[in-house]
Amino acid sequence: MNVPALLRRWWPALVLVVLVLLPYSALPLPGLLDGPIGSPGSLQLLALCLVFGALATGYDLLLGRTGLLSFGHALYFAAGTYATGLLLTQAGLNFWLAAALGLLAGLALAALLGSVSLRMTGIGFAMVTLAFAQAGSILVQRDPGGVTGGEEGLAATGLPASLVGIQHTANLYWIALAYLVVTLAAVQWAVRSPIGRVWEGIRENERRVEVLGLRPYGFKLVAFVLAGALAALGGVVYLLLTGGATPQTTTSDFTLSLLVMVVLGGSGTRWGPLVGGVLYTWAEHRLASLAGSGTIAGLPSVLRVPLSQPLFLLGVLFVIIVYALPGGVAGLPARLRIRAVSRGAQA
Amino acid sequence: MSTVVLLGVTGLGLGALYFLVASGLSLIFGLMDVLNFAHGALLSVGAYATWWAASHSFGFPLALLFGTAVGTLAAVALELGLIRPLYRRPREQVLATVGVGLAVPALLSAIWGADARTFPVPAALAGTFTLLGASVPVNRLVLIGAALVVLLALRLFLGRTRHGLVVRAGVEDRAMVTALGIDVRRAFTLVFAIGGAAAALAGGLAGLYFGSVDPTQGSALLIFGFVVVVMGGLGSVGGAAVACVVVGLVQQFANYYSTAGLGDLSVVVMLAVLLLVRPSGLTGRLA
Amino acid sequence: MTSPLLGVRDLRVVVGGRHILHGVDLDVVAAGVTALLGRNGAGKTTTVRGILGLVPRSGSVRYDGDETVALTTHQIVRRGIGYVPEDRGVFAALTVAENLRLAERDPDPAYGLVHELFPELKQRARQAAGTLSGGQQQMVAIGRALLNRGNRLIIADEPTKGLAPRVVTEVAVALERAAQAVPILLVEQNLALVRRLADHCVVLADGRTAHAGPAADLLADAEKSRTLLGVGRRADVPKDLVGPESGGDH
Ligand SMILES: Nc1ncnc2c1ncn2[C@@H]1O[C@H](COP(=O)(O)OP(=O)(O)OP(=O)(O)O)[C@@H](O)[C@H]1O
Ligand SMILES: [Mg+2]
Repeated sequence: MNVPALLRRWWPALVLVVLVLLPYSALPLPGLLDGPIGSPGSLQLLALCLVFGALATGYDLLLGRTGLLSFGHALYFAAGTYATGLLLTQAGLNFWLAAALGLLAGLALAALLGSVSLRMTGIGFAMVTLAFAQAGSILVQRDPGGVTGGEEGLAATGLPASLVGIQHTANLYWIALAYLVVTLAAVQWAVRSPIGRVWEGIRENERRVEVLGLRPYGFKLVAFVLAGALAALGGVVYLLLTGGATPQTTTSDFTLSLLVMVVLGGSGTRWGPLVGGVLYTWAEHRLASLAGSGTIAGLPSVLRVPLSQPLFLLGVLFVIIVYALPGGVAGLPARLRIRAVSRGAQA
Repeated sequence: MSTVVLLGVTGLGLGALYFLVASGLSLIFGLMDVLNFAHGALLSVGAYATWWAASHSFGFPLALLFGTAVGTLAAVALELGLIRPLYRRPREQVLATVGVGLAVPALLSAIWGADARTFPVPAALAGTFTLLGASVPVNRLVLIGAALVVLLALRLFLGRTRHGLVVRAGVEDRAMVTALGIDVRRAFTLVFAIGGAAAALAGGLAGLYFGSVDPTQGSALLIFGFVVVVMGGLGSVGGAAVACVVVGLVQQFANYYSTAGLGDLSVVVMLAVLLLVRPSGLTGRLA
Repeated sequence: MTSPLLGVRDLRVVVGGRHILHGVDLDVVAAGVTALLGRNGAGKTTTVRGILGLVPRSGSVRYDGDETVALTTHQIVRRGIGYVPEDRGVFAALTVAENLRLAERDPDPAYGLVHELFPELKQRARQAAGTLSGGQQQMVAIGRALLNRGNRLIIADEPTKGLAPRVVTEVAVALERAAQAVPILLVEQNLALVRRLADHCVVLADGRTAHAGPAADLLADAEKSRTLLGVGRRADVPKDLVGPESGGDH
């Protein structure tokens, strides 16, 4: 085999090796990152990018692979974060036990609520998942018994010493990377399994699956629970990364941002959601620091006011992508190729 | 007893807001299969426009009219500019409304700040009146009255006008409506205008009810609007009317008689139970 | 030879990646009934829907001299077409009167004619169309197409499908009356009805035009009608109206 062919087959492994080694790099990326790659600040941002890339990949299991438009994915992510956080702060459990139980809690919640919401199809399903997630969000923000910390959020206690503090950011980064690998592997494996082919059938035409004598409900529930469990796992990693839980992760806006990531990157593709999640997270952070910087303060108010709101820019960007780039970033190479070919044909 | 009366009227007032949001959502969804995530944004546009006009000494009725008009125009612009070009691509239409739903509140808070702005409540609507021994804020009545007027107007529109006939037929079978030589896209713009007007009116009245406006009000109310729409049966205005009364009352009473927040939860639990028993909602219309 | 009222050339339809029509040609002349025949699944309904723009299509559809393939459904219909769809397409939640009112396009709708042909519709004006019997629903569907005097073509897709013999007769009488004033493109499996009404016929097979010519010639030729329509051994189709006679089956 020649080198390009090897590269084509093994580039993900190569990228993984590079990602694993990043904390040892002192390379500065001005404009992209504030400090050198290996600095705690940069690693923290990179880790967040990886977590959201993975989260978007898991969410696309529903949206792009099974055709389920869920507006309640934040709930399962937050379930992982808050359940683990509460087990740490309230029950004083060992972290690894708390994390395992947190994951289990997210999984159980997804199984319970999924079995109810999937009684609806299409947009009705979207609305019901949204309503459930909203209930969770209200619950967290109203702070029953003073355990969730309400608007303030929850600071985790009793984390292992090797996972706390600025000098251990690299460890957190590697955990985020591991979570990404787990998610990618789980999604890829599931999509290629016989169940995955049924999901594809459901996405294309649910009726036809029924005609084949299969009940889509059970298959959709499997997708829902798997995606929910992956999100809960992401919630646990997020708890480590940020040292606690914030109510922002329970809101419908959080789910919508996942949706934006997936559509941005390219729904239903292997790498698209990951790319979208990384790009979105990075852009949001850069825009936020840009908004706080002096560069923007000097602009006339017509420009300054909208630019000071990352969500505004992301919302507008999203609409533009829906129009101009239906396949997302992942569809871009193919589109360019087609254009190049048709231009070549004209010439 | 007086507490029950107060809670009842307040619950109905809240239900009235939900109805104003849900009726438009339901019509838009029924006719176009578009779940309008920008509906909360339309509500916020109406709320800020009403607030702006009221703070510039327009007088409350005129300010409300202004806010409703601005919301209506925004809804029409949304339909013509963003929704129509994506005709026959319902999923992309929903995504476009998601983008608008994110961008508009962000823009509002960029212009007027993320914090709540006090709504200048006119003296005539600031007081209370006595009903069966309870002193009830007047604004509750305004809300209920407005919702009833809108309900009546919608019923007349749907039942008595040709456009209403087209909308009802389109909810059933859009393609067949066009096959009778009717341009159903005009009905799309129309339901967006109606939905936008009702949502913007809800925004102005929400300012009155809460005493303030803030950029997140829209999305908070939108979610209960969704709950009402699902409960009432997608596409059914009558179903939405029944469901909003139930939701408003349950929420108020549960919030009062248990810890705060439980009312909101019980609404969602009620939705879950209803879906388990009757997946098609109260009116039995299929999703 | 005068140009036809409706001229379809090389009509192609792809639905969901499946090629359903591969090139249908058909003419509807400005008078009488043209029957569109073919076995189940031959593409008759799809042809009609293609003509009306209800499915994405390519090729050429000239109506009254104008190309309509770029127009939307309502624009095409407004040029004067009455359409009776295969599944009747009545609005179940609307009353009979509302169903008819929705179809009104002319200032002076022909309620007299509709009520004369189908007196039941007058009696049941306030009944929800969804609660009507199948035959009554078909009357609503045909009534909608006959209501506009401005219609210069009526397209009826199997208007007698699944109806009892008495109602088939009623529908046949209505179509016969209508055909005196307006040309009709009739999709029909009931060959007795075709024999009684149709002047011309076009036969589709596997999404293509397989035959076109005078209806009487085809029906008289036992061999041909068997190969084209899959009609059974009974070459001589009964002349009186009987229940629906299905062309071949799948
Ligand atoms: N929306 C669709 N998706 C997939 N296949 C379709 C669709 N519509 C039609 N077809 C297929 O196209 C073929 C032609 O269908 P069509 O309804 O036009 O036949 P027809 O001649 O009207 O049949 P019948 O006599 O049974 O009414 C059939 O094989 C049908 O299965
Ligand atoms: Mg047919």
